[in-house]
Amino acid sequence: MAKHPFELTWKEIPIGFVQTDYMSAKKNHTGSWRSERPIWDETHCIKCGVCALFCPEACIKTDENGYYHADLDYCKGCGVCVKECWTGCISLKPEEA
Amino acid sequence: MARRKGVESSIALADAVAMCKVDAISAYPITPQTHIVEHLSEWVNDGELDAEFIPVESEHSAMSAALGTSAVGARTFTATSSQGLALMHEILFIAPAMRLPVVMAVANRSLSGPISIWNDHSDIMAERDIGWIQIFAENGQECFDLTPACFKIAEDKRVILPTILNFDGFIVSHMIEPIEYWEQETFDKFLPEFEPQIRLDVKNPSTMGAVGVPEIYYEARMAQHMALVNSKPVIKEVFAEVSQITGREYKVVESYNMEKAEVALVMMGSLTETAMTAVNNLKAKGIEVGIVRPRLWRPFPTEEFLEVLGDISVIGCVDRAYTFGAASHPVASEVKSVLYTSDKRPQVREYVMGIGGRDVRIEEIEDMFMQLIEVKNTGKDFPIQYIGVRE
Repeated sequence: MAKHPFELTWKEIPIGFVQTDYMSAKKNHTGSWRSERPIWDETHCIKCGVCALFCPEACIKTDENGYYHADLDYCKGCGVCVKECWTGCISLKPEEA
Repeated sequence: MARRKGVESSIALADAVAMCKVDAISAYPITPQTHIVEHLSEWVNDGELDAEFIPVESEHSAMSAALGTSAVGARTFTATSSQGLALMHEILFIAPAMRLPVVMAVANRSLSGPISIWNDHSDIMAERDIGWIQIFAENGQECFDLTPACFKIAEDKRVILPTILNFDGFIVSHMIEPIEYWEQETFDKFLPEFEPQIRLDVKNPSTMGAVGVPEIYYEARMAQHMALVNSKPVIKEVFAEVSQITGREYKVVESYNMEKAEVALVMMGSLTETAMTAVNNLKAKGIEVGIVRPRLWRPFPTEEFLEVLGDISVIGCVDRAYTFGAASHPVASEVKSVLYTSDKRPQVREYVMGIGGRDVRIEEIEDMFMQLIEVKNTGKDFPIQYIGVRE
């Protein structure tokens, strides 16, 4: 398996820092500095998908039952989904320290 | 071998760019560079040059467009001066970071303010640290000869870095000189077709200009720095080839009368030609002095510079730009830095002259040489001398 980009030495940096690995940005898990996570109350969720539409990270996806959840690898806990949700079924819960 | 004709240096440079079969030119006119791109746009308009000419609304856009054309694999040229170069500033750093071998001619002109269209080196000295290869031509012939050299160096697979060709605005750019043109076949033989090492291609997707997070930015910067440092052998190789083609010597550091010189002045650009007359005048009086001229400014040719200095005991550095508030101005600063880490410790005195188009007289340079001889004899010390400024 190829080295993770963060393990490359300066001699191994691709010329011009060109990234040829398609969708490689996905490897950067950018949700690590989240201080609050969104929680969906499925008893009130109407599966409208407004949260997913407004998510600036596009990291809200449906599960096998059609309910929405955030991919915590990328979710930064910004709360836009909470603000936009029609039924008010999403709340922010503090991350454990 | 070659045709010689009386032609303005800017036009000769533009002709050389056309003979390099450039694919794309994006430029915005600014004095004293204008004649170059004006001439190229005429050629493109008349169908004599098969290239894309992109007229843009500013130099910031000119450089941005140049990066775009270079990224899709086009041999790209642009030219600017002074405020135009300053307006390119943020994009200038991106070209070497993305390793795009754009070639740019800079007709050196002073920066505002006060507003000045005249020549000094303040525009390029403010862009010393952009990561481009930076070469200084002395006259129109060098402008012509070094244009294909710049493309060849920039595009070499061992280099792949953007390159700036500096020459003095008006003093060189608007001077009509007898210039020896290379034949087209000489160009074609010397400069192979551009084979881009990286290329934007929809069939082969890639990301150019990506974010460098703290875990990788440092390594990316180091790679870029080393690419510039390691370009020197290729620059020397290409200069040697140009010497062979033209019969004119091209070195990264030039010298004049250094074999006999007791003291020397270090300077760049067209000023050297005036100084050579001063050297000859003093020689006629039995006084031997010399000139050291770095033709290559970035990467700075440290070893070659020290070799040219030889065992000289006193040198004077001539700057044509201010580094406001600094201990020394750019050339002196570089030279002193090079000497500090070397075994050689000649005495260094510093001069500033020719600022904002102020005329430089041969007698002034003769006086500077005589002052350096006094330093050699008596060890006399003095602060930076601002030659010709009214006090």
